Amino acid sequence: MPHADLLPVAIGNYIGLSLVIFCIGIAGVLLRRNPLIMLMSIELMWNAANLLFLAFSRAWLNNAGHIFAFLVITVAAAEAAIGLAIVVIVFRNAQNVDVDEVALLKG
Amino acid sequence: MILFYAMAIVLILSAIFVVTAAKPVYSVVGLLAHFAALAILYFSLSAEFLGVIQIIVYSGAILMLFLFVIALLSSGVAAFSEGPNRLPKIAYPAAGALAVLLGFLVFAAGKFHAAVPAASKAAVPPVGAANAFGSVADFGRALFTVDLLPFEITAFILMVAVIGVILLAGDATPYVPVRKRQRIVDQEMREAVIREGRH
Repeated sequence: MPHADLLPVAIGNYIGLSLVIFCIGIAGVLLRRNPLIMLMSIELMWNAANLLFLAFSRAWLNNAGHIFAFLVITVAAAEAAIGLAIVVIVFRNAQNVDVDEVALLKG
Repeated sequence: MILFYAMAIVLILSAIFVVTAAKPVYSVVGLLAHFAALAILYFSLSAEFLGVIQIIVYSGAILMLFLFVIALLSSGVAAFSEGPNRLPKIAYPAAGALAVLLGFLVFAAGKFHAAVPAASKAAVPPVGAANAFGSVADFGRALFTVDLLPFEITAFILMVAVIGVILLAGDATPYVPVRKRQRIVDQEMREAVIREGRH
């Protein structure tokens, strides 16, 4: 590994941590049927990817990873805003919040 | 090193809490702890600007958005807190296969990275210097010179998101101030009275 001594711990630890958080996020999207918690699980996945970007960026002393992480944060913010807007319009008049009941586009 | 492991424990526990919490409000609190721990990890990776951005944008903006939506929806939706949580049978093998695939990809990427020659360490400014790696100056120089186009695209993405949100959730009727609306109503009533008087 390049510049392994510049990281607080070996890069494999960051990879493992990121993998675990990403899989928890996947589990959240698959398990939960509450749209808000699903959106938050997606945020967890964005952040797992970001952590890996910054860890590799540090290992290589190349700030391209920082730019990527910045873009990821921007896209995550846009995604959260639009996702929440969709949640608001879909469930504004609903009595129950269950994404399985939203099947208007199912054909 | 202790910092990393402590933050790793906090990150994993808070992520599990976010996914398993009964109410979305609890999830937001778990996510807040998650983002704070993540920001500390970013600082330990000398990504100063990204650490600050993490706190301001995520904890400050996105989580507040979640809280507002929860507050907005909870008034109308009685059963908002207890959504059914079914797990399709396919989810277990799918999640396992996905984890294996991700692990494989990550380790393949690690092998690929190990084959690339390391950059020279002599050119690295010391940590804490004004132009050190990951400092605001370093990040800003990259953002406004080499990576200017992605930065501009960022602005476009945010604008599209704002317009999209307004189109989706906004009120379609044009905004009219209350006093003006009242004047319009009065005018219409007066005209109606005049019309009825003529008949």
